[in-house]
Amino acid sequence: MSEPLKKVFTKGNEAIAMAAINAGCRYYFGYPITPQNEIPEYMAAQLPKVGGEFLQAESEIASINMLLGAAATGVRVMTSSSGPGISLMQEGFSYFAGNELPAVVVNMSRQGPGLGGINATQGDYFQSVKGGGHGDYKLIVLAPHTGQELYDLTIKAFELAEKYRMLTLVLGDAILGQIKEPITPWIPEKTGGDPDRDWLITGARGRAPRRITSLFLADGEMEKHNWHLQEKYARLENDDVMFEERATDDAAMVFVAFGSVARIAKSAVDQARAEGLRVGLLRPITLFPFPRRRLAEIGGDCKNFLVAEMNTGQMVEDVKLALPGDCEVDFYGRPGGSVPTPEDLYEVIRETYEKRVLDQ
Amino acid sequence: MKQVFKRPESMADKPFHFCPGCHHGIVHRLVAEALDYFQLREKTIGIASVGCSVFLYDYFAVDVIEAPHGRAAAVATGTKRVLRDHIVFTYQGDGDLAAIGTAEVIHAANRGDNITVIFVNNSIYGMTGGQMAPTTLLGQRSTTSPYGRDNQRDGYPIKMTEMLAALEGPSLVSRVAVNTPGNVKKARKVIRKAFQMQIEGKGFSFVEVLSSCPTNWGMTPVEANQRIADEMIPYYPLGTLKERELVDSF
Repeated sequence: MSEPLKKVFTKGNEAIAMAAINAGCRYYFGYPITPQNEIPEYMAAQLPKVGGEFLQAESEIASINMLLGAAATGVRVMTSSSGPGISLMQEGFSYFAGNELPAVVVNMSRQGPGLGGINATQGDYFQSVKGGGHGDYKLIVLAPHTGQELYDLTIKAFELAEKYRMLTLVLGDAILGQIKEPITPWIPEKTGGDPDRDWLITGARGRAPRRITSLFLADGEMEKHNWHLQEKYARLENDDVMFEERATDDAAMVFVAFGSVARIAKSAVDQARAEGLRVGLLRPITLFPFPRRRLAEIGGDCKNFLVAEMNTGQMVEDVKLALPGDCEVDFYGRPGGSVPTPEDLYEVIRETYEKRVLDQ
Repeated sequence: MKQVFKRPESMADKPFHFCPGCHHGIVHRLVAEALDYFQLREKTIGIASVGCSVFLYDYFAVDVIEAPHGRAAAVATGTKRVLRDHIVFTYQGDGDLAAIGTAEVIHAANRGDNITVIFVNNSIYGMTGGQMAPTTLLGQRSTTSPYGRDNQRDGYPIKMTEMLAALEGPSLVSRVAVNTPGNVKKARKVIRKAFQMQIEGKGFSFVEVLSSCPTNWGMTPVEANQRIADEMIPYYPLGTLKERELVDSF
C-alpha cells in the first residue's frame, strides 16, 4: 500500500470499480446483468473523467473479446458480469489462457443453474477453478470476503494478471457486491505494466511484426506451449498462494470456507472458541492456486475438517485432495438460494465437533 | 533495369499455402497494397479470424492478433479503442463473419467503430473441408448440403453487404470481386478507399470480396472464376451501397 485515501462508505461493487480505476484501469467493456450493475455504471460515469473509456457491448461474448483486443496492447482492462454472462465468456477465457494475455474479470456470482436467481451463491467454484472453457488451462482466482478486500484484491488482480500474463478472476457474490461498508481506498505505486514488454501489439514500428496466437500446428509446438503454461501455474503455487488462518495452532477441528461463507464462519468460529471448542479457520484467498500445501501441513496434526459452502460440495473436493488420507472431512452445503446465518454455522460446528472430537 | 512490380512492403516474404486458384492470395495482396499506399505498415494491427485466413500473421508484415471464431470485429473494437491513432482491420471469411460472428460485425458496424472489415465470401467453409455456409447459394452442393441447399430447410444465402448498408454507422459498404483483371482493379480501389475512411475517422468500412474455392467447389481455377460471374454475381451484385464523402481524393 502506498497512498491511502479518505475512508468511504460504499457498496462492494463500487469498491471494485473504484479500485480498478485507482489501479490504472482505463478501459472497461461489459454487458448489464444483476447483481453487478453498479460496476459498469460506476465505470460509465467515472472513466471519461480520467481519460478512459467505457463501452457497453452487445453481449458478454463481445465484451470478453473486446477485452482481448485491448489487453493485447498492454493496457489494464477489466470486465465484470455474473453467472450467465460468465458462462458466455468461457470461450474467451480459454483464448486468454492460450494467448497468454493479462486482464481482470469480476464474477459477482448469482444462483444457477440456468437463469437461476439474483442472490448469492458459490455454485461457480468449479467453473472458476477447474477451467470452464476448452483446453488444459487455469485462471488466477481471488475470493474476497469484505468490502475492503474487494478493493485490495481488485488491485492485486491487475498485478497478478501482469506478472503471469493470465486472466485473473475476482470471484465475489451478490452479498459482497451489494453490502455497503466503510473501506479505505488507496493508490498502488504501480498503475500499469512495463511498456517494453516484448509481446505488446503496438504496430511494428522499427521492429519485427508480432503476433498474438493460440494456434500451434507444428509438430511438438502445442505440447511445448502447454508445458510452458503448466510451468507458470506451478510458479503461481510456489509464489502467490494467499490464505487467512485463525486459531489453527491448537485446533482439534479446522473450518474451511471462502468468500461470504468464510465471513459468516468467522463469527461462528469465534463463538465456538468462546465456548471452549478448539476450532480454527482456514480461509483460502486464492482459490487457484489453492492453498493445498498449507492444508496438508495442518492435516499433519489436526485430523478433523469441516467445509461449508453455498453449493452442494465443490471446494470440499479440493480440500479432500489436499489433506492426508487419515483426515475426516465433513461438509455443510446450502445450494444457491439461501445464506447460512452465524447461528446455523455454529450449530454445524458444535454437532461436528461433538461427533468427531468429543465422542472419539 | 527498372523494377515495375514487387511484393508490397506490408507483405512478408513467404509463399502462400493457399490452394491453386484460391483468391485469398489476391485479396491479401490488395490489402497490403492499400497499407503500402498510405504507408500504414508500422501502425497497422491485423485481426485474423478462424478459417483459411487464420494464417494472416504469416503473410502480413504487421502486428496481428488472432481472434476466436467469429469474434474478430469485437477484438478489433477493443484494440482500436486503445490505439486510436493506429489502423485496425479484420479479415474474415463467410463462415466466420456471416454465421458465428454475425452479432459482432453488425454491432461493430452499428457503433461505427473506426475499423476496416475485409469480408471474403466464397460461399462455403473452406478450411473445414467444404461444408455449407450461410452464403452457400440455393441448390449449391456442399458436404453438409449434399443434395443442394434447400431454402425450405436451410434458408436463403445471406447478403451481408445489403444488411450492413441499412445501418447508420458504416462509412463504406461495398461488394467487389477478383475473378477478372478488371474486377481486381476495381477491388483495389475500393479496398484502398476503405482504409482511407478509417484514416479520416469516418467510421466502420466494409468490403465484401466474392472469392473462389476451387478445391471445395470441385472445379478448376478457371471454372471457379466463371462460376463467380455466372452464379455468384447475379445473386450478390457488385457495387457500393453506402459511401461517406472523403476529404482527400485519390
